[in-house]
Amino acid sequence: MIEDEQRPSPDTVLARITADDARAKRAKLKIFFGFAPGVGKTYRMLQVARDLVVEHQADILVGLVETHRRRETAAMLLGLDILPKKKVAYRGHNLEEFDLEAALARKPAVILLDELAHTNAPGSLHEKRWQDVLELLDAGIDVLTTVNVQHVESLNDVIEQITGVRVRETIPDSILERADDIEVVDIAPEELLARLREGKVYVAEQAARATQNFFRRGNLLALRELALRCAAQRVDQDVRDYRAEHGVAQPWAVSERILVCISPAPSSARLLRAASRMAAGLHGQLLAVCVEATSLGGFSHDDQQRIESHVRLAEALGAKVVRVSGNDLVKTILAHAHEVNATRIVLGKPGRARWRDRLRSSLLQRLVEQSGDIDVHVIRGDAAEDPPPATPSPTVDAAHTKSFNAYVAALLLVVITTAIARGARSVLPVPDLEMLYLLAVMFAALRYGRGPAIVAAAAAVLAYDFFLVPPYLTFAVADARYILTFAMMFGVGILVSELTTRLRSAERFAVTREQRTAALYALSRTLAEQDDAPAIATAVARHAAEEFKGSAAVALTVDGQVGAWAASPIDASLAHDHRSLANWVAAHGRLAGLGTDTLPGVGAIGAPLQVRDTTLGTLLVVPRDGAPLLTEQKLFMEAFCRQAAFAIERVRLTQATQAAAVRIQTEEMRNSLLSAVSHDLRTPLAAITGAATTLRERSDLPAATRSELLVAVCDEAERLERLVGDLLDMTRVESGGLHLRREIVPMEEMIGSAVGRLETRLGARKVTVKSASQLSLVYVDAVLFEQVFVNLLENAAKYAPVDAHIEITTSHVGDQVVVTFDDDGPGFVPGTEEKIFDKFYRGVHPGVGGVGLGLAICRGILTAHGGTLTASNRPSGGARFIVQLKAASLPAQGSAT
Amino acid sequence: MTQSPPLATVLVVDDEPQVRRFLRAALGSAGYHMLEASTLRDAVTQVTSFQPDLILLDLGLPDGDGIALTRTLRGFCQTPIIVISARGREDDKVDALDAGADDYLTKPFGVRELLARMRVALRHQSEPAGAPEPLVLEIDDLTIDLVKRMVTVRNAEVHLTPIEYKLLVLLARNAGRVLTHRQILKDVWGNAHGTESHHVRVHLAELRKKIESNPAQPRLIITEPGVGYRMKEPVKP
Repeated sequence: MIEDEQRPSPDTVLARITADDARAKRAKLKIFFGFAPGVGKTYRMLQVARDLVVEHQADILVGLVETHRRRETAAMLLGLDILPKKKVAYRGHNLEEFDLEAALARKPAVILLDELAHTNAPGSLHEKRWQDVLELLDAGIDVLTTVNVQHVESLNDVIEQITGVRVRETIPDSILERADDIEVVDIAPEELLARLREGKVYVAEQAARATQNFFRRGNLLALRELALRCAAQRVDQDVRDYRAEHGVAQPWAVSERILVCISPAPSSARLLRAASRMAAGLHGQLLAVCVEATSLGGFSHDDQQRIESHVRLAEALGAKVVRVSGNDLVKTILAHAHEVNATRIVLGKPGRARWRDRLRSSLLQRLVEQSGDIDVHVIRGDAAEDPPPATPSPTVDAAHTKSFNAYVAALLLVVITTAIARGARSVLPVPDLEMLYLLAVMFAALRYGRGPAIVAAAAAVLAYDFFLVPPYLTFAVADARYILTFAMMFGVGILVSELTTRLRSAERFAVTREQRTAALYALSRTLAEQDDAPAIATAVARHAAEEFKGSAAVALTVDGQVGAWAASPIDASLAHDHRSLANWVAAHGRLAGLGTDTLPGVGAIGAPLQVRDTTLGTLLVVPRDGAPLLTEQKLFMEAFCRQAAFAIERVRLTQATQAAAVRIQTEEMRNSLLSAVSHDLRTPLAAITGAATTLRERSDLPAATRSELLVAVCDEAERLERLVGDLLDMTRVESGGLHLRREIVPMEEMIGSAVGRLETRLGARKVTVKSASQLSLVYVDAVLFEQVFVNLLENAAKYAPVDAHIEITTSHVGDQVVVTFDDDGPGFVPGTEEKIFDKFYRGVHPGVGGVGLGLAICRGILTAHGGTLTASNRPSGGARFIVQLKAASLPAQGSAT
Repeated sequence: MTQSPPLATVLVVDDEPQVRRFLRAALGSAGYHMLEASTLRDAVTQVTSFQPDLILLDLGLPDGDGIALTRTLRGFCQTPIIVISARGREDDKVDALDAGADDYLTKPFGVRELLARMRVALRHQSEPAGAPEPLVLEIDDLTIDLVKRMVTVRNAEVHLTPIEYKLLVLLARNAGRVLTHRQILKDVWGNAHGTESHHVRVHLAELRKKIESNPAQPRLIITEPGVGYRMKEPVKP
């Protein structure tokens, strides 16, 4: 049992195998990790690279290495293959950047890329170098790179506390996790300072400045400790992985899942970093949730932007971000926490006691009360980063609040109300006047939003007091009872405004949602009508241009190639960088462009149309106002793209199915043809050869036998001729290029001719032809059409018994000529009445020759003439064919006499 | 066979050696003398040098079109020509017949059929141009009295319209030979309705109703699908 407990579960082993597998195949990332510039990371990296060259003859390319004019480092570069830098012109400066495209094209085994946290020049493919690194790894290229501890995102604010410097260039923690190997390059701070003084790190004047600021001994010590701790955490992770892999009993049963709540408040960034550190310390998983309270009517535009940046930060910190919406913040957060099995919830401490928080009996308190077995961590919000009090609260509709006019209008409303109240004072009792003011406040709330409504409420109380409560025209109050009235009036005013605003927001929220749903529905309806991919592309572009307000274009990806663009409006042209954006999106299957980290400067958004990780196409949207999409819009775009992708996939699958069906049919045809040719043509040949050779070899045959053999030769040759004729006819009818030489011909003539031709073959079978009193003229190709009757008669000759009676009746039904072709033979096997017209279908009767083309040819000929041919069993037994064709009339010009 | 003189000299123009071999045996045993040509050029040489009594002409030849040869030959001689071609080439047959060929045979054909056609062609040829026409034409139980313009079937008089009568006489005079729709139109109606074959078909259907014992399965006037009609050759008493 003990052994059992220590044995890893099958799932763990499986996961390990898959991970091992993936690790073996995927490119390796090695990070040289230091605590400060000058510790020798680059030097160490080059050393490793040189060893690789010497020991393994590895194909190494120096992507970009900063020597900082250090001689030792430059010397290490000698003999290594160095990629030329790309020159980028930016605002009059010539910047030199790493050339990602060239590196990908060169595709070395290993690439060296200094300074992982570097920010690329504007206009580059990716905003950050670490994204370049990920792309290199994706392409299967091993990467060696360097980074200092102060660039690690989760340590960003700790570093700021230590050094007083806010580091702008950061790398997400996830890339450290992606690393296969982290090598700490460490020297003692004293030694580093000595090297700095010797000018080995920076050139003289830079060195002096650096020592004063960053390179203080205290700083260096703290940074070194951080770097070592960070690396140790990595080592710890490796050890844990090892333990898990090898069944070493773990001291902790379940890993911690830390859920951090994101809000538009600027303190959320700090909150996220703290939660990330906590997750790292606890070896837990970081989860983030962003709750949109429907009761508050969604976020304002500014809030959306802030949320956006927080979501990106959370993702950079390796958190899985989920957005939920609900009416009650606390309930929604807790429901989500339970859903994801969170063990801890991290919240920000309100920076300042807000009256509204008090009013709501503190969200925090409720959360703590209801959280059950989930730990709740409250982390200090950063007061300095809080928005100034003047900034409206997140729930107020920004457009209205900002409008000064709304306040003026609200006040004016109170003035008018006062005027009316003054006039009606003598008629109405005082409580009714109060109602009048409440009405005004309610109207202000409904019309102008919460802020003006509150102002209106205050103004209403004051005006009421001043003008309508004795003593008049003073704020003094004679009766203390009125104080209570004022308070109630104000309270009710606020309450009403709050409720009205909520109602309005909820409504707006519902309307937006409804619009989105309607848009998606409209899209899906349009797409359902299209049955080829280019039409879908055009429809998607048209809808996208409408929904995202701008121009849009869609290109389908066929066999990995970006195809032609369907643009909306049709004349919208694609700039060159739009094309490269689209190509990148198509190749990587990820969102890029405006508001993302990749090619943010292009001014367009590229979204992949994906189904199960397969990119079927690319949607490119160029917003008219050039603004990046909000998360809400992005989600909508995702849904939009998904719908489009499904439609494209549907069409492709249908086409593939059809193509497959055609292929199968063609294949079957070929097989039938081959069997027809090999069997049906060879049988008569065999008979002829046999009879002929017998006649040649044996001159002593009795006369009867000789003539029997001769008859056989003639019969078989005739049969062969019929088969070849059928095959030729079928080819003519099938190939579609059937050229009809149509003339007006009496049906009777063709029937008579056919009966005459088949006379010998029919033998004793009796044929009765009944004609209508009037000639049945039809407009047909006489030669082809006669073949219909010939084939039908042959069919009867094959299947009907030798004493059968065949009856052919011509009649007129409306404007149709109908020929009924009856026999009293065995008829069809029920259910095969349609099948008999299939090519190469042969009845189940044994010993009957033929390739099974005769009836197929008949139907082909009828179809070519716009007529029909059907088969059925006669009630009295036997087969019935009905030929039906439009009757022709003679041209008016005199033919009589 | 060497003792009796050949019935006639027949030129076979066909590029297929197997067909010539089979015809050599068939014609030789039937008492004909056979000449052979495998190309158009050859054929013209043979015709001018040996003046055959009959030509069997395959339409598809390596160095040109049999129809063109028919036209060329008709330019200087009236030797009967029987065209041989495969099924499905009705247009070619009609063109050859309109160009002056006397009859046609569809490949593959039997020897009996071939000899019958040859006999008809040779007989029509042997009738001298200025010879007096017979006054009565008889085909089985059909009798046409050209003087009285009276038609009887099984001794009962049949009343025909003038067109039907003309049609019947034309076919009967050429009994055993195929006549194309165009030839009939030209002869019966004059040139006016050069392409309107339905006139022929409709009147022929009416004619059949009057003279055939079973109009639905005609025995006297045979339809040649896509080409025209042929009156049955009278059975020699």
